[in-house]
Amino acid sequence: MSSKASILAAIKKNKPEASSLPALLVFPDEQNLVEKYEKGLTGNGGKLIQAANLEEVQAYIEANFSGEQLKASLVEGIDGNVNVNNISDPHDLEHVELAVLNGELGVAENGAIWMPEKNVVHRVLPFIAQHLIILLKKDSLLTNMHQAYEKVKVNEHGYGVFIAGPSKTADIEQSLVIGAHGPRSLTVFLVD
Amino acid sequence: MKTQSHAQAAAEFIKDDARTHWHDETLWHVRQKRDLSAQGIPEWETLRDTASATKDYVLSHLDELLEQFEANALANGVEVLWAKDAQEHNEHVYRILQENKVSNIVKSKSILTEECGLNHYLEDKGYDVVDTDLGERIIQFAKQAPSHIVLPAIHLKKQDIGEIFHEHIGTDEGASDPKYLTEAARQHLRKKFVEANAAITGVNFGIAETGGFVVCTNEGNADMGTHLADIHIACMGIEKLIPRATDLGVFLRLLARSATGQSITNYSSHFHKPAPGKKLYIILVDNGRTEQLGREDFKNSLKCIRCGACMNTCPIYRRSGGYSYNSTVPGPIGSILSPGKDLKKYSTLPFASTLCGSCSDVCPVKINIHEQLYKWRQVITENTDVDASKNLAMKVAGYTFGRPVLYDLAGKMARAALKITPDSLVYSSINVWGKHRNLPDVPKESFKEWYQKNRKS
Repeated sequence: MSSKASILAAIKKNKPEASSLPALLVFPDEQNLVEKYEKGLTGNGGKLIQAANLEEVQAYIEANFSGEQLKASLVEGIDGNVNVNNISDPHDLEHVELAVLNGELGVAENGAIWMPEKNVVHRVLPFIAQHLIILLKKDSLLTNMHQAYEKVKVNEHGYGVFIAGPSKTADIEQSLVIGAHGPRSLTVFLVD
Repeated sequence: MKTQSHAQAAAEFIKDDARTHWHDETLWHVRQKRDLSAQGIPEWETLRDTASATKDYVLSHLDELLEQFEANALANGVEVLWAKDAQEHNEHVYRILQENKVSNIVKSKSILTEECGLNHYLEDKGYDVVDTDLGERIIQFAKQAPSHIVLPAIHLKKQDIGEIFHEHIGTDEGASDPKYLTEAARQHLRKKFVEANAAITGVNFGIAETGGFVVCTNEGNADMGTHLADIHIACMGIEKLIPRATDLGVFLRLLARSATGQSITNYSSHFHKPAPGKKLYIILVDNGRTEQLGREDFKNSLKCIRCGACMNTCPIYRRSGGYSYNSTVPGPIGSILSPGKDLKKYSTLPFASTLCGSCSDVCPVKINIHEQLYKWRQVITENTDVDASKNLAMKVAGYTFGRPVLYDLAGKMARAALKITPDSLVYSSINVWGKHRNLPDVPKESFKEWYQKNRKS
């Protein structure tokens, strides 16, 4: 008997009496989503900036990053100097200093942002970049993860990720250090 | 070789009094963060009830859900393999590495691969497996096992880690600043990520209806590894399934809050298809799980989502350290999982508990951990030779309690005798109970005598 057949046979023999699947949970909408979202994001080590327009985002990038540093932008209207769409081997992104990406939706309870594969092109981009900027539409904010999973089709693409902050660790004596392997910062621009 | 009992191993740990206190306080702090986080969610108990009921559904439909999961994963272009035990799991991994001519392997945290002894197996075959979670890399250098499932290096102090890093990655001698050490590990591991051609990960949740799976990290190490390497091998215990993607709403809200008090891990990655030109494998592992499923009293232990909350809250774990359990999963949950795998080897673990029930109170999927500990004690007492001196004492006590006249007499004699018996005899090695405890002052009379005297007045 194959391992699959023997495992399934053992389950059939041993499984408990059938129980029913609980209904999906729905909780009331939160008010002050922006305030809640900011609290969630900063709790994870991220930073929120409310921007009136793309020029403000561009100005922030110019003020914080030099012209020579490699910048990969997948946001229309924000300049970059690395064309992600022309890269075939993700290893070529190794020295990217900044990635600028569009987020699909934000979750107020925990600061998480859904990033489907189409928004990052190369799956490694939001991880390998030294710093990450995500643009998020204010009206995309949702109350909680239940609402997020109602909206997101997790298998629409081959990959998708909730990003809720910069790369971090507390594995040495529980001391929080930002910038474990991935981005050393996450700045979220909330745009109208 | 006789396996060390939990009490013997714990005795080693508590020799360093200051470190024991530090360990205790550090984990209690994590527990407090969990409380704060949970109390911020008014619907917390509804989430726990729902998660528990969802896992009940999973366990009672596990065969159907696994087949559904496999069919959907295959349709996604994923190769699915089944392993009845650790050996077969390791062989699958080895074969994949051989077939794809892999030379460099990075691995993110996976308790399952620890359980299967994968690293040692592959090292014997000549592979170098690089653990990329910072805590795991630290203990890998030190040739140790994780002492906690979420915080693998929680038993080490930063000075220890400074020494380990100085020896292995050339950090400055005596340097122990966590920021400095983390940066050094970042530079060291980035090279490994870039060189890797295979990445191994665990699985936090497998989604039956879509054939995909979720991996949660704060460091982003699972993603750095899998997205750069050509081969991704995901190792998954068969109980990790959930029926629907929407169930993730419940489980992701509970997992990180229960583990460390965070509202969510900074990365929750959903894998469904391999990236173009790459390969994705899922290995479904039994290794004793189907057997546990058939144990009426213990099947609920399979609901565990590996948050570690029961360890952080356990008064025994906090003061005895993860290694005292001598089991891949330590702490209360490990003490109900491990006896199912080897009753004799792990026979002392269910006794490493005060049965206070705190583990069950914090469990996000409401496993009745302390009740299962109590039930394992009964199974163990019936089936193994428990500590001979305890056994004799229990027999004598059982005989005496069953005979009221004898009990009254024994009480009188004990009260008289204890007054004149020297401590060296009372706390002799025969009295295992007295090893860590002082007897109360001996009363002049028993409650029964007192009651008979005072009832009339």
